Amino acid sequence: MSDSRRRLRRPSHRPSDRVSRTAAAAGAAVGGSLAVPVDADHLPRATRRDVVRERYFKFSLIACVAVSLIVLAILLIDIVRQGAGALSMDFLNNFPSAFPERAGVQSAVMGTLWLMAICAFFVVPTGVAAAIYLEEYADRKRWFNRAIEVNVQNLAAVPSIVYGILGLAFLVRGPFGFGRSVLAGGLTLGLLVLPVVVIASREALRAVPSSIREGAMALGATKWQAIWHQVLPSAIPGISTGAILALSRAIGETAPLIMVGAATYVAFNPDGLNSAFTALPLQIYSWLSSPQEEFKLLAAGAIIVLMAMLLAINSIAIVIRNRYERKW
Amino acid sequence: MAWKVKEEPAPGGAAPDVTPQGEHAPTGAQNIFELQAVSVRYSGNLAVKEVGFGVPTNRITALIGASGCGKSTLLRCLNRMNDLIPGARVEGTITYKGQDLYSPRVDPVQVRKRIGMVFQKPNPFPKSIFDNVAFGPRVLGMKEDINLLVENALRRASLWDEVKDRLKDSALGMSGGQQQRLCIARAIATEPDVILMDEPCSALDPISTARIEDLMNELKDRYTIVIVTHNMQQAARVSDKTAYFSVEVGDNDRRYGRLIEYDDTERIFTNPSDQRTEDYVTGKVG
Repeated sequence: MSDSRRRLRRPSHRPSDRVSRTAAAAGAAVGGSLAVPVDADHLPRATRRDVVRERYFKFSLIACVAVSLIVLAILLIDIVRQGAGALSMDFLNNFPSAFPERAGVQSAVMGTLWLMAICAFFVVPTGVAAAIYLEEYADRKRWFNRAIEVNVQNLAAVPSIVYGILGLAFLVRGPFGFGRSVLAGGLTLGLLVLPVVVIASREALRAVPSSIREGAMALGATKWQAIWHQVLPSAIPGISTGAILALSRAIGETAPLIMVGAATYVAFNPDGLNSAFTALPLQIYSWLSSPQEEFKLLAAGAIIVLMAMLLAINSIAIVIRNRYERKW
Repeated sequence: MAWKVKEEPAPGGAAPDVTPQGEHAPTGAQNIFELQAVSVRYSGNLAVKEVGFGVPTNRITALIGASGCGKSTLLRCLNRMNDLIPGARVEGTITYKGQDLYSPRVDPVQVRKRIGMVFQKPNPFPKSIFDNVAFGPRVLGMKEDINLLVENALRRASLWDEVKDRLKDSALGMSGGQQQRLCIARAIATEPDVILMDEPCSALDPISTARIEDLMNELKDRYTIVIVTHNMQQAARVSDKTAYFSVEVGDNDRRYGRLIEYDDTERIFTNPSDQRTEDYVTGKVG
């Protein structure tokens, strides 16, 4: 091996000699310019004004963070103080009741879980597929692809009540006619968060370096094989984080569920896609609008349950992100 | 290896093994690629103008020249990677084993199965070392034992002894030089005929570079290698044939690349016939 390399190096002797000579000359020039003496004692110190400015800037940033944290803390303390008394296993196991001491959130919790499952089942494949099309296949020069892009952005900002009306017109009644069912509710929430999932998934796909796509395709993989086996797995942390955050937005939605006709007083768990349902935000809303003070305390308890579910969902997102986090 | 054109017979019933003898072909070696008047445009802008030469089988051919001379562009034409860039168009003819690479009946995916590529920056997949090498054979549906294929590829890339105990570890934990050799292993796992290398050592230290150059010399018994390099010493050390490209300035100050000289490496570096080549290889310009 080294033999053949030596043989191959021979023709380059003359040119490499000249190159190294020019390189040496360049090095000498650089060294000369660096040789300007630097007097360390005379390096200027930071002025007092700079130090003060720096300190003010840092302080105002901390203050901004503090405002949001304090508001959140007050809210949490207030809710926990009011609702902690309502929390018990009975509260979790009981169904709604006209008597505050016997009322519970089981049907609301189960309804919310059903909604989340249906929503996720619909929105994750649809949203990821839409993102793959827009990010990997769509030709930006075509007007309809640009129109889709702009509209997806817009849809993410449409008020949720509008999705409720859409769900009522198309899913509850109209062409699909699912009735006031948990299926219609879940799909309505799915439509609501679909743009969020599409946008998050696109960003996750865009963050996968194109060298991964090229590397896969240079091995003779088709475009789809490159996306399915390399790009998509690399994007999973971003996609799942986006999807779970979208779900946690859906979990707190009330307005669209009112539109699609979720009941507020349901004394049974959903037992199928066509079942009537209620959800935690609706239960909270209904208890809050009741005149009796005891029900308001129950609402605070239900809020704690809802926030615990949110926290659980968001921690799943964090765990997934940490587990699959990649560096290139 | 028979050349497949999307399950159809070769146009004109040409036997796949017939390889034309190019004018530049050295005696005893056949040309695997023949380029004739190849021009490349990106969205109408000329990048490479009317290049023609032949790439001999089982030899190392180096493409050298200053930045922007289109050598990488030309390299990416040889396995139709330019198809992935919107607006890229290739004119002229490139034949591979006598068949027109850009015939409408040729499937670019089939081309890339036979003509592998190693990129400037090591680009291992964010998976295990094993999965990186196994990916190619898996998507190509190769029937052989996958463990054996991976071991052979890693051995040929002289990486086996370094990684045999950590095949399940992430490829991203390897050093840059190891990653690049993994990319070479990945490329040879699919048993291509040709390996295109686009400045494979530009991101590596001299020791890793030397290992890759050794590796190229070992690989040329089985594969044809075309390498783009900025490093003239590297071209002189490893290649059998060298093509020198220069940057020309056309209308509207648009820059494009042209082939100035193509010959045996020894001649290019000791006795080039064009003054511009001599100026470049002796370091007077560029």
